[in-house]
Amino acid sequence: MNLSKNLKNGFLILMACLVLTACATKKTSTTSGQMQGDTYTGTDTVKELAKGVPDRVFFATNETVLTTASRETLRKQAGWLRKNSDINVVLEGHADERGTREYNLALGERRANSAKDYLMTYGISSDRISVLSYGKERPVDSGSNPLAWSKNRRSVTVKAN
Amino acid sequence: MLLRYLFILLIIIPIKAFALIEVDITRGNLNPLPVAVSPLSIDNKSKENFKKILKQEDLGSEISIVVENNLRQSGLFNPLDKNAFLQEPDVANLKPRFEDWNLIKAQALVTGKVTFVDEKLRVEFRLWDVLAGKEMMALAFTTVPSNWRRVGHIITDKVYERLTGEKGYFDTRIIYVSEEGPKTKRIKKLAIMDQDGFNNKYLTLGNELVLTPRFSPTNQMVTYLSYFRNLPRVYLLDIETGMQEVVGDFPGMTFAPRFSPDGKKIIMSFAKDGNSDIYTMDLENRIVERITNHPSIDTSPSYSPDGKQITFNSDRSGYQQIYVMDSNGKNVKRISFGNGLYGTPVWSPRGDLIAFTKLHKGKFYIGVMRTDGKGERLLTENFYQEAPSWSPNGRVLIFYRETKTNSKGEGFSAKLWSIDLTGYNEKMVETETDASDPSWSSLLSD
Repeated sequence: MNLSKNLKNGFLILMACLVLTACATKKTSTTSGQMQGDTYTGTDTVKELAKGVPDRVFFATNETVLTTASRETLRKQAGWLRKNSDINVVLEGHADERGTREYNLALGERRANSAKDYLMTYGISSDRISVLSYGKERPVDSGSNPLAWSKNRRSVTVKAN
Repeated sequence: MLLRYLFILLIIIPIKAFALIEVDITRGNLNPLPVAVSPLSIDNKSKENFKKILKQEDLGSEISIVVENNLRQSGLFNPLDKNAFLQEPDVANLKPRFEDWNLIKAQALVTGKVTFVDEKLRVEFRLWDVLAGKEMMALAFTTVPSNWRRVGHIITDKVYERLTGEKGYFDTRIIYVSEEGPKTKRIKKLAIMDQDGFNNKYLTLGNELVLTPRFSPTNQMVTYLSYFRNLPRVYLLDIETGMQEVVGDFPGMTFAPRFSPDGKKIIMSFAKDGNSDIYTMDLENRIVERITNHPSIDTSPSYSPDGKQITFNSDRSGYQQIYVMDSNGKNVKRISFGNGLYGTPVWSPRGDLIAFTKLHKGKFYIGVMRTDGKGERLLTENFYQEAPSWSPNGRVLIFYRETKTNSKGEGFSAKLWSIDLTGYNEKMVETETDASDPSWSSLLSD
């Protein structure tokens, strides 16, 4: 009886856990369905360089690694750049406002370079790509909340000519 | 000398007084010393002349107000209400009736006299110990009339030094970045003002983004980051002539500049291919030296006052931390080990402390630690603040603070704040516009 009671309690606890997890998951997906982890996945601020070619990729806090989605975006950009060999681009790297100014300048530079490196692995010559870090100086969203910050941690590909 | 100011300092009466009143500056504003700053006396003829030249009704009174405000702002003194003063300024300057000043609880008394002599402004002042009934100090200055506020600052420095035993920080200026416009399209200009917010001037027009200005040790030059032609580079600006030039010829972004303590070098970060390292450039022979060589971000370098060491910010451990190394880049040691991220280290002018910004659990702190990383002390906590800069005597820090915006992204502001090393006397520094990235000059008249 003791055993079954324990099992029963254990089961209840397990159920409770499942319910809580479900709630937690659901909550994240409704209030910030535009983020995965803390990387922005929405389209609010995204523009197109050409039809179906998004102009920007997003980063997690303090991170410079490209997500799967970012790599997909950059592959599209590389395809577009190969088709338009007369176009040069500037990669503008940005950070959110939750960091010191000087470190963020370096972080923005690193983010833009990680996008640049990826474009180069798809055959885009480094001569066609320049890099410009704005640190936290040019946010797209002036909000002071995690969603706004996620939109601001970005590298934007801009036509240079 | 800054802005070609003609400044003559004459010491008329060197005093060997007994150190009777003392202010303990290590205790912050717990017990500010009651001090009476009498309006400086002025004869009618001088008054008329200064009124014509400076548009000031009563220059003697105006200079005393400068002194009074400085003393109050320091948090160490409590200037008493002038309405309670019983003695006329001219008589008080000759011979104070100490029992009258004692009656209103003044412990120190400042008196003085302003005259117009040969087109110049002559100011004498005296500091008195009210309880002991003795003169502690007497000095006189002669200068061009337009320097009248500086005279007030120099008097404050003398009084501060005589009563605390440490040099003052009032005859100084702040260079900072003036900010206007929406957060997403901020317009930024270099601006300079006296330490008390007066004589504000803009040094750039706002056509390009400018950041992080810092004074040279002689205050004549400023080094800063400009996005001129969308090429972020470290620049030098001569405040006197307005001449600007790029520092070095780097094939990428240079940023986070500061002068070496001898003023001969600029130390800064250079970012290339996703990696930022620290470099110096000698301003005379233009020789560039690489100081760090590490695949992590190395930035925010700041020399020790003897020039032998450098503190800087690096994420080589995985996150932003503070490091110290020899000025040749050898013997790199991490010194920050508390919880959270650390940035913007800046060496105190006394050499014993490093001020920093700390980010922990979504809050930003300004703090200080010893140069071996021990004795960490957090002075202030806020939603966002960073970039402390030391007063030249190492007693006060100035930094900037940004506000959280509301759900619509409105209500953003950036302001300068100062705080005493003790953690007391936190104050907003008034500026015409929003402001950030303050840098404190050394004493102008030193």
